[in-house]
Amino acid sequence: MSRNAIHGWLLLLPAAALLALFTHWPVVGTLWDSFHATTRAGKPGPFVGLENYQVMVSDEVFWRSLTNNLWYALGTIPVSIALALLMALWVNSAMRGRTWLRMAFFTPTVLPMIAVANIWLFFFTPQYGLLEQVTTALGMSSRNWLGDPETALACVMVVAIWKEAGFFMIFYLAALQSIAPSLAEAAAIEGASRSYYFRRVVFPLLMPTTLFVLVNAVINSFRLVDHIVVMTKGGPNNATSLLLFHIYQVGFSFWDTGYAAALTVVLLAILAAAAIGQFVFLDKRVHYQ
Amino acid sequence: MRTMWTALAACAAGFALAVAAQEITFYYPVAVGGPITKIVDQMAADFEKENPGIKVKPVYTGTYQESIVKALTADKAGAPPTIAILLSTDMFTLIDEDAIVPFDDLAASADDKAWMKSFFPAFMANSQTGGKTWGIPFQRSTIVLYWNKELFKEAGLDPNHAPENWKQMLEYARKLTKRDASGNVSQWGVQIPSSGFPYWLFQGLTTPNGVELMNSAGNETYFDKPAVVGALAFWVDLGRKYKVMPSGVVEWGTTPKDFFEKKIAMMWTTTGNLTNVKNNAKFDFGVAMLPAEKRRGSPTGGGNFYVFKKAPKDQQLAAVRFAKWMTTPERAAQWGIDTGYVAVRPDAWQTAKMQEYVKSFPVAAVARDQLQYSVAELSTHDNQRVTKALNDGIQAALTGAKTPEQGMKDAQAEAARILRSYRR
Repeated sequence: MSRNAIHGWLLLLPAAALLALFTHWPVVGTLWDSFHATTRAGKPGPFVGLENYQVMVSDEVFWRSLTNNLWYALGTIPVSIALALLMALWVNSAMRGRTWLRMAFFTPTVLPMIAVANIWLFFFTPQYGLLEQVTTALGMSSRNWLGDPETALACVMVVAIWKEAGFFMIFYLAALQSIAPSLAEAAAIEGASRSYYFRRVVFPLLMPTTLFVLVNAVINSFRLVDHIVVMTKGGPNNATSLLLFHIYQVGFSFWDTGYAAALTVVLLAILAAAAIGQFVFLDKRVHYQ
Repeated sequence: MRTMWTALAACAAGFALAVAAQEITFYYPVAVGGPITKIVDQMAADFEKENPGIKVKPVYTGTYQESIVKALTADKAGAPPTIAILLSTDMFTLIDEDAIVPFDDLAASADDKAWMKSFFPAFMANSQTGGKTWGIPFQRSTIVLYWNKELFKEAGLDPNHAPENWKQMLEYARKLTKRDASGNVSQWGVQIPSSGFPYWLFQGLTTPNGVELMNSAGNETYFDKPAVVGALAFWVDLGRKYKVMPSGVVEWGTTPKDFFEKKIAMMWTTTGNLTNVKNNAKFDFGVAMLPAEKRRGSPTGGGNFYVFKKAPKDQQLAAVRFAKWMTTPERAAQWGIDTGYVAVRPDAWQTAKMQEYVKSFPVAAVARDQLQYSVAELSTHDNQRVTKALNDGIQAALTGAKTPEQGMKDAQAEAARILRSYRR
């Protein structure tokens, strides 16, 4: 091995060691645990093969959580990205008070999710909650937003979108500011309309950011469950139970760690598949300068 | 106290160790409002002053749920707390994990036995199983009915009398529900919250309906008995048929606020909210026992002291001494006054301080008077999983996804499946 290669490996070593210790090793450990029964009263669980996975197939709450999570991802990701882009375009334009506007959009990101969820809990409260005051003023009938399985999932999705959009906006804003103004001038001279300029110039240039934001949004849609704990605890009747929330319940309420490990493996597989898909298929359509 | 000392001295001698400085770690959760951590720290400091040689390290561990996670994780890592306050319903879980020791093994003198008998029997129901005492009641609560006297007067009802039974509660609730011409409700008659842990409030309906949800060995449940289904049907009907309560699942956390905002005339919630209601209700309110049906009844709730098995014996003994000190009549009374929890032993209610408090605030005694009708909170082996099966069944019925019969049948089938390995 050449000196350079050794140098390279030495430089990589600290990061690689940390990654292996805190990411790769736990993944292997989780996979190993998922083939074993739960440790009870200090006695290690015996090898049970695929039993935990068989249990999963017949676990209704698991399927419910999985479908909920897919709807949740489908509902939150496109909307929060579109909103983020819209807000970024708006606060990127020259106008008075845009610093305040930027700050206002970014505030939800700074607040802890637990606090946010507690605030929204009262927004959704029947009768005197903020949402109800608006809808009843418009003459609509009163609803129990979080207590009705038909609306509860949508309500927690709204909270996630509100929380996420501002965060993604920052990335879009940074990307927008790095686009050379000469491009806009050139487009104007050529007589291109604003929408044409956005479609053919700005949006393609934002693609790397969009990919980054998309990856983050997918991960977050499986990762952010704090507000579920505060607002609905997965209810009513599992209508808002998401995959990670279900894992938490199985692992730390039921103490069935073997089964929780199997569920975690499924979550990891889903996230890995999503990440690979995004990088392999979308990367071709992304222009890096 | 003397016998205690001799017992302790004997043990210390047996270990050939000087009892120079025993340190015990004490995990405690906070589940109600108020400066609880300050009160607990003060109590620990006072105990140290009176018991030189024992150091108490109080550790605030979050909610009940977070506390059991922390305690069990620490236990699995081999370094559990010496003593902890955890939900009384976690008893079977802690036994199954082999995490705790029964108090009988640590406190065997006549004085100790008298101490263990000094609590309200209703609280001991969740603290004993298989003839052993695994938990000592400390911060215990029960469900009561709060009503708004002003709204009662407006509706032409006697503001000084709460409904005695289900029929009366329904009749009152009908008069108290205000609807406009298009059917929009501006004020509901009654509210029984159903988010998070609906099984607990459900026991406030099943117990009066003359049925218990589980056996005391914690390995059998009776969710599909007709009286249980009947109790659930009544709860569902309050919202869906009689329309005197919001339908669907009602949030536990915002229920007191609904009451303060006069959106509900009667609410069911814990006695732990008493101080909260006293401070925030801008109207005259009353507190009553839950209405009766075939009998009176309400479940108890709240936290017990548990001593951990992996702690060294001399620390365990020091922890028992601490638990004993924390539950003397005077301290139990003071703790009840400070927090709104029910003082856990009858003689605490005889102390001068408590009698004075009850005289100035008579509703504080309602919970105590209800205790004679109270039953154990639902607690079984694999408790949280069984409880979730019941919660799901209740919420499915309340939201109209299943009939009460179907909801309870499914819950029972699931509970039986979970508990089958504990019945061998």
